[in-house]
Amino acid sequence: MSAADRKTEAREERVDVPAAKTSAWSRWFGSPHAAKPGMLNRLYSLPSIIIGLLFTLGPIGVIIAFSFMSRPDMGGGVVFKFSTDAYEKLLFRHDFFGNRSFDARYLQVFGTSLWQALLTTVICVALAFPIALWMSMKSAKIQQILVLLVTIPFWTNLLVRTYAWMLILNENGPINWALRLLGIGSQQMLYTSFASVIGLIYTFLPFAILPMYSALSGFDFRLVEAAYDLGAHKLTVMRRVIFRAAMPGVMSGIALCFIPAFGSYVQPVLLGGGRVLMVGNLIASQFAEARNWPFGAALSTVILAVTLFGALVASILGSRASRKAGE
Amino acid sequence: MSKTQPLVARDPEVESRESGLTINRAFKVFQSSEGKEVKAINDVSLAIRQGEFFILLGPSGCGKTTLLRSIAGLESLDAGEIYLGDQRIDQLPPYDRPVNTVFQSYALFPHLTVAQNVAFGLEMEKKPKAEIAKTVQEMLDLVHLGEFGGRKPHQLSGGQQQRVALARSLAKRPKVLLLDESLSALDFKLRRQMQVELKRIQRETGITFVFVTHDQEEALSMGDHIAVFSKGRPEQVGTPEEIYNEPANRFVADFIGDINFVDAVKSADGEITVEGVPFRVKQDISDLPMDAEVSAAIRPERITLTAPRESALTGTVETLMFMGADVRCEVRLTDGTKLLVRLSPPYDTAVLHEGATVSVEVEAAHMRVVER
Repeated sequence: MSAADRKTEAREERVDVPAAKTSAWSRWFGSPHAAKPGMLNRLYSLPSIIIGLLFTLGPIGVIIAFSFMSRPDMGGGVVFKFSTDAYEKLLFRHDFFGNRSFDARYLQVFGTSLWQALLTTVICVALAFPIALWMSMKSAKIQQILVLLVTIPFWTNLLVRTYAWMLILNENGPINWALRLLGIGSQQMLYTSFASVIGLIYTFLPFAILPMYSALSGFDFRLVEAAYDLGAHKLTVMRRVIFRAAMPGVMSGIALCFIPAFGSYVQPVLLGGGRVLMVGNLIASQFAEARNWPFGAALSTVILAVTLFGALVASILGSRASRKAGE
Repeated sequence: MSKTQPLVARDPEVESRESGLTINRAFKVFQSSEGKEVKAINDVSLAIRQGEFFILLGPSGCGKTTLLRSIAGLESLDAGEIYLGDQRIDQLPPYDRPVNTVFQSYALFPHLTVAQNVAFGLEMEKKPKAEIAKTVQEMLDLVHLGEFGGRKPHQLSGGQQQRVALARSLAKRPKVLLLDESLSALDFKLRRQMQVELKRIQRETGITFVFVTHDQEEALSMGDHIAVFSKGRPEQVGTPEEIYNEPANRFVADFIGDINFVDAVKSADGEITVEGVPFRVKQDISDLPMDAEVSAAIRPERITLTAPRESALTGTVETLMFMGADVRCEVRLTDGTKLLVRLSPPYDTAVLHEGATVSVEVEAAHMRVVER
């Protein structure tokens, strides 16, 4: 080891020392007296922190609280009486005589939603990776335009865009017109789970492209040359170098597609015609027609729990993968 | 390159050349952004001997990096062949060529540790794990980074990353190692260290090194042979001594080290005249016509300044700078040409001071005749 190396090492150590002494509290909130000249006291940020907490945790708190309450005798809303009836209803039903029996109907709804969300996520990620890679290899100016193009769907309302899909998929729409011309004959596409998944893929594709693109846009393509130079063939370069670099983007792409797709509402109703019951529709109907707010809240809480669990598994797998890579 | 059995024992010189790297009439044209054609490699033929430290030297944009990338297979030639020994390699994909590159940017895989980076190329060869681990450790020891295998590249300094890149390429035991401006990102002192280090590693491993640089000092101190490039062509190929002492033309003379150009005229066969003073040069200038207008290239350290005398070049000392190991003078000749002179102290202050008129003595043997 040369003298220069030793010097850098010593410097690194010195940086570590003060960080170790600070407590978690002071690292998060700092001491109000420690503000540097010209810096505002940290208490000034309190209002925005409170608003932020209210806007994020507030509604979730209300939903969780509602799910443990009882429904009133008439109409919607809740009465403040602790009850786990809503969660029981998820798995069991009571017949006319009050006998409790296992009820898989709601689990099935969860299963359908899970399946559609998974399908959507897999297809979105598979489509988004080559698109993101292609985008990241263009010149800086073209990349800007391409990012803009990807975000075009966000400019108009999701409902309007979904109606557009209804026009495309319906019996007299362009696809069926083309199929008739080809002699295949028109197919029932609208109001099927196929249409619903198409709508979901359409909606969430940009959410898969953008994080992957942002992970790849900073990618140093000289690494690809280095891998070739070291004897790696195309597929190995793709798998071990490029995909590895896109991994953080793939992970957030999965999260951004799966979580909202799981609780989606618009596409199953409009494109799936409500024939396929998904969790989102079930919840909506509990708050509207069925007037069973606690049950709707309980369903929402379960979605929240499933999502949190999924995110937890993903982060554990992710950190294990990066630890493995770091061995 | 015939594959017939030689009838007589081969000359070892020829042998080493034939198992080295041969580039035969290579061309490569790029389309510039304005739509003009740029000849990055313009009819290059080079013979690089096995086990030597070969330097491609030239200003930026002279095609040296393109040539290196063509050898690596990262760039394809428009015409010409590249042979490694008897094997033609210019049509092979980069992953099938027995050459490896140390990139200017190091190009270490950021998500892999130092040891995994070094192991990458060996894993591609599907070597057994134990052997890979052993080679990786050997290579890291070779570049003095034996303790650093578990670190990530971003935890290392620039010089250390450089050495990891070197170890990663050497681990594949390439027949030729290509180094692209490998030291230019390092600071001066580290660079000096790495030059010595590279030379040591090259001698220890016996691998042919092809090193691209724009730094002529680096080239002179490291190379066994140097090819000085300009505009896609090698202007001169030779040992550092040849390149420095006997530059083939004005470009090479100007590019390597400090040099003075003085207007001269061919006055007789083997003789040139500078400001009326004749010099008999060592160089063969018989193909130049009589009274040809040429330049005499003179290194600053080949000039001595003495008290004025008849029948010698005279000039006035304009500036005198003490530089520690030497003294730099600027002397203006009678015709207005400014000469840079490097003297080693001590010197006679009675003769040499600012404003003094001196006689400029040059040994004719150290004059090179180049185009004006």
